[in-house]
Amino acid sequence: MITLENVSHEWDDFSLKNVSFSVNKGEHFIILGPTAAGKTLILETIAGFYVPRKGKILLNGKNITRIPPEKRNIGFVYQDYSLFPHMSVKENVAFGLKMQKLPKREIETKVQDIMDSMGISYLDKRLPSTLSGGEQQRVALARSLVIDPDILLLDEPLSALDPRTRESLIEELKRIHEVRNTTTIHVTHDQDEALALADRIGVIMNGELVQVDTPYTVFNEPVTEKIATFVGVENVLKGKIICNEDGVVVVETGNYQIRALSNLKEGEVNVFIRPENIILSKVKLESSARNSISGNITKINQFGATFRIYIDNGLSALVTKHAIEELELNVGKKVYASFKATAIHLIKT
Amino acid sequence: MIIKKALTGLKRHSLSLIFLFAGSLLILFTILTLFNMIFRQLVLDTEGLLEAAADPVVIESILLTLYCSFLATLIATILGTPLAYVLARHDFPGKNIVESIIDVPVIIPHSVAGIALYALFMSRSPVGGAFSNIGIIFEDSMWGIVVAMLFVSAPFYVNAAREGFQSINPRLERVARTLGASQWKSFYKITLPLSVRHLFSGAVMAWARGISEFGAVIMIAFYPMIAPVLIFYRFTTHGLKGSQPIAVLLILICIVIFVLLRTTARYWEKKK
Repeated sequence: MITLENVSHEWDDFSLKNVSFSVNKGEHFIILGPTAAGKTLILETIAGFYVPRKGKILLNGKNITRIPPEKRNIGFVYQDYSLFPHMSVKENVAFGLKMQKLPKREIETKVQDIMDSMGISYLDKRLPSTLSGGEQQRVALARSLVIDPDILLLDEPLSALDPRTRESLIEELKRIHEVRNTTTIHVTHDQDEALALADRIGVIMNGELVQVDTPYTVFNEPVTEKIATFVGVENVLKGKIICNEDGVVVVETGNYQIRALSNLKEGEVNVFIRPENIILSKVKLESSARNSISGNITKINQFGATFRIYIDNGLSALVTKHAIEELELNVGKKVYASFKATAIHLIKT
Repeated sequence: MIIKKALTGLKRHSLSLIFLFAGSLLILFTILTLFNMIFRQLVLDTEGLLEAAADPVVIESILLTLYCSFLATLIATILGTPLAYVLARHDFPGKNIVESIIDVPVIIPHSVAGIALYALFMSRSPVGGAFSNIGIIFEDSMWGIVVAMLFVSAPFYVNAAREGFQSINPRLERVARTLGASQWKSFYKITLPLSVRHLFSGAVMAWARGISEFGAVIMIAFYPMIAPVLIFYRFTTHGLKGSQPIAVLLILICIVIFVLLRTTARYWEKKK
C-alpha cells in the first residue's frame, strides 16, 4: 500500500499542489488527466527522482520520502519504454536482478520465467532497436516486474501503440495483474484505457488531484464541470431545482423540465447526461422514471463507427448507423430524446 | 534540343552546382597543401625523409610529443568527464558562463595562452612555486609541455563528452535506478557505455590538438623540444630542406595512428 500525503512540489513550468491519495495493496490505480497535467512528474516523485518540497510518501507505512530510488523497490515503465539500447532483451530484463547481486543461476531462472510468461523468450538476443512497439513494451514490463516491485508505475504505457497492439496489451496488463497482483499506479490521458483497467481513478488537472473514485463514479458523477467535459459527459445543461419529493428532483432548464434523482433540495445546478445514455425515438416514450424531450435534429456528425446527433433542445446522443436508418434520422427531423432519471447527475453551481 | 535540356538542367540545379564548385575549392586547398609537401618529400627527396627517420633527435622529439599529448589527454579525460556530465545533466545559475570559459582556450591566440601559462606556472609564481616544492617544475620540462597541451586541448574533449552525455536520455539512468542501481552504478553501466564513442572521439581530437600545439608550448618549454618546436627550430637554422622531412614524418605517423584508432573503434562497435 502506498500513500501520498499533501505532496507539493514546484518545477520550472509545473507544480503539484497538495496531492493526497492512497493505493491499496493489489489495486490498479489510474491517474487520469489531460496531457501536460504533470502526470509523469507524480510518478517520478513516487519513484524518488524528486524530493517533494512538502508532504510525505508512505510505502507500507514506512516514510520513503527521502529514500533514493534504488532503495524503494518500485518498478517504472516509461511511455518510451526506455530500454537500454546497448543491451540485449535478456540483459535488459536481467539488469535489476544483477544489481541485487543474485546468484547467476537464480537470475537465469527468474529471467527465463518472466520472459516465458510475457511471451518474449524468442527475443532474448535481440537489441531493443530491432523490436516493435508492442515487443518493447513487453520487455519493459518484464524488466520492471522481474524484481518483484512493491509498486509498479506505468507512464502512459499504451499511448504510443497502434490500436490492435493496445487491445492485446490491455489484456496482457489485466492478466499480469490477476496473476501477480502487483499494486499499480498507471497514468494516462486515455479514458478507454482507464475504464478498461482501473479499480479506482484519480483525476488530475493543473497539478491538483480533483476527484478520486471508482471508474463508474468518475464517469457518471464528475464533481466539477471541468472533469465532466474531460471525461466526456458532453450534455451539460444549466437549470434550477423546483422541487424535491423523496429524492426525485424536478429541474427547470428554461425550455423543459427534467426529473432526476438527487439529495439536493434547491438552487441552481448543472445537469450532466452522458450522450450514450440518451435514446432517440420517433414517438414519446411514456414512463415515470424517464424523461422524454422532443426537439429537431440540427446536425449529424460521424465519429468512427458511431454518429453523434445534435438536437435543438441542447442535448446530443450517440447512435449507430443502424439506428439512423431505422429511425430515418436526418437534419430537421423531430425526435424524442429519452433518458432515465438515474442517468442524470446534478452538481450545484 | 540536347543543349536546351542541359541548360534547363543547369538552371534548375544552379545552386547545387555553384555550391559544389565553391566547396570543392576549399577541399582542394587542404589536399593540395598537404599532398604537395608529402609528395615532394616522399618522391623527390626520399633520402632526406629516411635520414630524418634515422635521426634519434627527431624520433625522440616525435615520441615526446605523442607522449606529452597522451598525458594531457589523460588529465583532460579524468577531469573533463565529470565536468561534461554535470554540464549535460544539470542546470545551474552561471552555466552559460562556465560553458564560455571552457571555450576560451580555443579562441585566444596560443602565444597569449603560453604567456599566461608561463606567468602562472613559472617557479617564481605562487602556483609554480607550490608545485616545485613537490618536485614538479614546468619551465623547460615535460610538465610545462603537458600543461600547455592540456590548456588548448581540454575544450575539445569536454565539448565532445558533453554532447555524448546529452545524447543519452536521462530516463535510461532513471529506470536503471528504479531497478536498484546506485547513481554510480547507473553512470558506469548505462551512461558510460552509451557515450563511449563520443568520449573516445573527443579524446582522439584532444590528443591530435595537443600534438599540434606549438605557440603555447614554446613560451613555457622550448626544451625538451617537441616535434613542432623542432620543426620550427630546424626551419630557422636549416630552412625548408632541414624542416620538411620532420614535418612529413610527423604527419605520416599521426595519420597512421589515427587510422589505427579509428579502425579499433569501429571494430569495438561491430563487436557490440
